[in-house]
Amino acid sequence: MKWETVIGLEIHAQLATHSKIFSGASTAFGAEPNTQACAVDLGLPGVLPVLNSEVVNMAIKFGVAVNAHIAHESVFARKNYFYPDLPKGYQISQYELPIVGEGQITITPEEGISKVIGITRAHLEEDAGKSLHDQFTDQTGIDLNRAGTPLLEIVSEPDLRSAKEAVAYARKIHSLVQFLNICDGNMQEGSFRCDANVSVRPQGEEKLGTRAELKNINSFRFLERAINFEIERQIDLIEDGGEVVQETRLYDADKNETRSMRSKEEANDYRYFPDPDLLPVRISADDIQHIRDTLPELPEQKRQRYVEELNLSEYNADLLSGSRDIADYFETALAEAPDLASVLANWILGDLTGALNKSEMAFTESPVSPQQLAGLLKRISDHTISGKIAKDVFEAMWNGEGDADDIIERKGLKQITDTGAIEKMIDEVIANNPDQVEQFRAGKEKVLGFFVGQIMKQSKGKANPGQVNQLLRDKLKS
Amino acid sequence: MTLKREDVKNIAHLARLNIDEGAVDRYAADLSRILELVDQMNQVNTDDVMPMAHPMDASQRLRADEVSESNQRDKFQAIAPDVEIGLYRVPKVIE
Repeated sequence: MKWETVIGLEIHAQLATHSKIFSGASTAFGAEPNTQACAVDLGLPGVLPVLNSEVVNMAIKFGVAVNAHIAHESVFARKNYFYPDLPKGYQISQYELPIVGEGQITITPEEGISKVIGITRAHLEEDAGKSLHDQFTDQTGIDLNRAGTPLLEIVSEPDLRSAKEAVAYARKIHSLVQFLNICDGNMQEGSFRCDANVSVRPQGEEKLGTRAELKNINSFRFLERAINFEIERQIDLIEDGGEVVQETRLYDADKNETRSMRSKEEANDYRYFPDPDLLPVRISADDIQHIRDTLPELPEQKRQRYVEELNLSEYNADLLSGSRDIADYFETALAEAPDLASVLANWILGDLTGALNKSEMAFTESPVSPQQLAGLLKRISDHTISGKIAKDVFEAMWNGEGDADDIIERKGLKQITDTGAIEKMIDEVIANNPDQVEQFRAGKEKVLGFFVGQIMKQSKGKANPGQVNQLLRDKLKS
Repeated sequence: MTLKREDVKNIAHLARLNIDEGAVDRYAADLSRILELVDQMNQVNTDDVMPMAHPMDASQRLRADEVSESNQRDKFQAIAPDVEIGLYRVPKVIE
């Protein structure tokens, strides 16, 4: 039987505020345990939550960017459950009236294929603390620094049909929240987390199959693997006459498998009700318009501008606008060398990306700064060095040997444009290779390449290849 | 709506309340009477009334995104029953 996969994602994006959603405690990552958990975060008696205005602004930014309806009135609700890292015994979340309603986003799972994915809603909530199981042998340690950190939970429609599409969607949201400056996107630190609802149904069937919810996925690679594992598990189960049960499953990256989290089952009755400590949040049309007007340039707009104003190829424009880090790098370099957009694009997506991948580094960690790269490319465009020598200079910059101009000067890499010096080399090569000269004069044009190669070698790459070509032809024909 | 014994036990479990087996029937009866009152209120036609999320007709005041709290871990942890290396210690909870 042919099976169809149905996936919906729940993404938790940690909002990049200074303070928590309902208290004035810091949200900075990596502090000593419990030094950033105040009375509100600890749920001590008598405290009241006060909503952070920036959290509301960030949620609206996201909503506007995905063309969603922004609720003029939204309500916080209590989600009740007991767990040691949730001191109040409830999480403040939104239930019936979330701040962001239905929206959509376009993904490109494959070059040339695009698909619109529905966003069901996005709501604000507070994060829980952290349970540390490996600190003590028979007890659990609780760090409440994370308790009360603002989260935007973004829920997609079950519109995704493969692990590949799910990853494309997650990447798109990941890139968007970073462009909007509302989330740092750091998956290792847990600032961007994905849960996947996965089910299968026979091809052509309308009714959705029973879904399993996959948790604990902290990279795009694991997201793809976890979903693919789960799809296969469900199909095997059904084909062997079994039935998928609705449950939460934990992804284990080491074993590449998902396994049942039984304890979550009975806790699924959260008894939501409006939080009496918080009044409804009202947002005016003016507030929304103001945010719409001050939104930064988004990936889609960048992509268009790169193609229309900078004359980049669709492909390069897509890659350069695909992540905040790359776009920032490109635009900083472009500010230094405004006429070299296309060359910059090729170097950034070619040599630089290659070198970064090889060293497993991000664009923000690049040893060659955007200014340095622009400086190098200016020297190619004004013919100070050849494209070939530029690769050596790039490597020297990568190794921290300084700016392009320093390196060119120090290593004497300036292109030889002095005709006399080149002519001398050409005369020598012609004198030393009479056979090849004969062949050329007999009409074998290909031999020209041999001569150019010899001269470039002798000049250690510093001769201008165009000039060498011209002078060679003149001399060989005379 | 009438609550059964099982409903009462389930609610107690979700709320982590330890109730006497002998008191279950009484709770079921008492809580059912409250629900009867709710049923009675549900009879009122509220078609023209906007539901309220809060008894006060006001909107939420917002605060600026500023860190205003300093580290007071020592004070908070002085009243905790079990603390070690800055962590609150609780019975092992692991999946």
